[in-house]
Amino acid sequence: MNPFDWVLSPFQYNFMRTAALAGALVGATCALLGVYVVLRRMAFIGDALAHTVLPGLVIAYLNRWNMTGGALAAGIITALGIGWLSRRREIREDTAIGILFTGMFALGILLMSAVRSFRDFSHMLFGYIIGVTDDQLRLFAALALVIIVVLVLLHKELELTSFDPIHAQVIGLRPDALRYALLALMALAVVGAIQAVGVVLTSALLIVPAATASLLTKRLPAMMALATLIAVISSLTGLLVSYHLDVASGAAIVLICIAIFLLVWVIRTIHECRRTTQR
Amino acid sequence: MNTARRLFLPYGGRRAAGSPSDAPALAAQDLCVRYPGADQPALRDVTIMVPAGARVALVGPNGAGKSTLLKSAAGLLPVVGGSLMVYGARPGSLPHRVAYLAQRGELDWNFPISVRRLVVAGRYPHLGWLRWPAREDWRKADAALERLGIRDLAERQIGELSGGQQQRALLARALAQEADLLLLDEPLNAVDAATREVVSTVLRDLQREGKTVVVATHDLDRLQTDFDDALFLLDGQVVARGAGQAHPHYARASQLNGRLEVTA
Repeated sequence: MNPFDWVLSPFQYNFMRTAALAGALVGATCALLGVYVVLRRMAFIGDALAHTVLPGLVIAYLNRWNMTGGALAAGIITALGIGWLSRRREIREDTAIGILFTGMFALGILLMSAVRSFRDFSHMLFGYIIGVTDDQLRLFAALALVIIVVLVLLHKELELTSFDPIHAQVIGLRPDALRYALLALMALAVVGAIQAVGVVLTSALLIVPAATASLLTKRLPAMMALATLIAVISSLTGLLVSYHLDVASGAAIVLICIAIFLLVWVIRTIHECRRTTQR
Repeated sequence: MNTARRLFLPYGGRRAAGSPSDAPALAAQDLCVRYPGADQPALRDVTIMVPAGARVALVGPNGAGKSTLLKSAAGLLPVVGGSLMVYGARPGSLPHRVAYLAQRGELDWNFPISVRRLVVAGRYPHLGWLRWPAREDWRKADAALERLGIRDLAERQIGELSGGQQQRALLARALAQEADLLLLDEPLNAVDAATREVVSTVLRDLQREGKTVVVATHDLDRLQTDFDDALFLLDGQVVARGAGQAHPHYARASQLNGRLEVTA
């Protein structure tokens, strides 16, 4: 098969076009937020947010409620719950995250096991991007728009609280409030990402493209642009690979992200070695 | 007039309380401050008055309460006893009039941001929500960089600077903020001689401009030349006052601490 056909032929199908758009949107929003996740060392909480959404999804599914609403509610409860548990500092934040994360995830699995149709739930765990409907696609686009607008409007405040929370506080900002805003945005992004790569792999979309971009540039806007580009390329490539090889799309997308990261990392390492030996 | 109105719309919608112009820059009465979760107060019964336009040094060994006093004045720590007023208002309520320079280590220097962008953050209290730095703000940031002699480093990532250059960048941000009261925590700690010279000059110029400067320092050599007054702190209390001489009580204590040499 010639390479053009390899890339283009799958897109004669409507579901593949929808999946490609969904993948690109979800990947881009996660990567954008992911830059803050990586720079603010929030990787663990990102992973936790993705997992704690599970009981929300399952409860919504069982009651035939809106699944996105269920996921959002669970995400926001988690974000607030972590803040509340660790507020008095008797329990450190990462411990609070660990407790909520595993507790909510176990609750989700318990609820799933009570009804015996694991097939539907496997999509929640591992993603089902080719099952994205047009309605969902519109929702992802709306979520992406909200996230991008908020990131642009609060750019200087989010940037400042990320590297110098003390100065931010002195000039009258509330770093904790901005952190909650960021967590709420992450909950929005996670909702889309779960459809694409599933609960278990969502944090990869948050972390890996941003981490790759952080190896390539020392400028925040450039880092965001690069992370977005890497995520979009990974989503589309992963989708094609999964179509042609008939393997799980979520895992394929994540592995392409990781492959790009490793490639960049190896090139950087060789480059660094050369530079130090030249001196 | 427009600028005056902008000054009174700080972040969070908190309007600056109408502060009388003759209020001292800093006035503490029996001030007690305790860090959240600590048993012992970090400051006990501190009564001081810093008039507007003065240059005051806070001197004392590590843990004496110098940083605590600065942080309290910046509104970062709750006052648990007594009172503390900044220009006659509650600490933290005048963000555009008070600049605080934390010790260098309290910032994430690996963050992907340029020196120029770090400095323009000094303009944020004048901008508030939803407004991007305008040409005028960038101009003030550049002028501050120029004044500290690091204009040529403006586009570097902040982590690529040396310790002294980082300290200058932070001071540049405080200048860009155009604050009336500058609270500087150990700005001369572990910096090169050139930076010391530049910082000293800037502090002198600031006084000429009518700004108030309160500096926590280990450096006793420069007390008489660089400051109008000095407060000696020990164990959270003010034990002596005056830039003219190192107080004998303080000298003994600092020798015990093993960190300071008293040359006066």
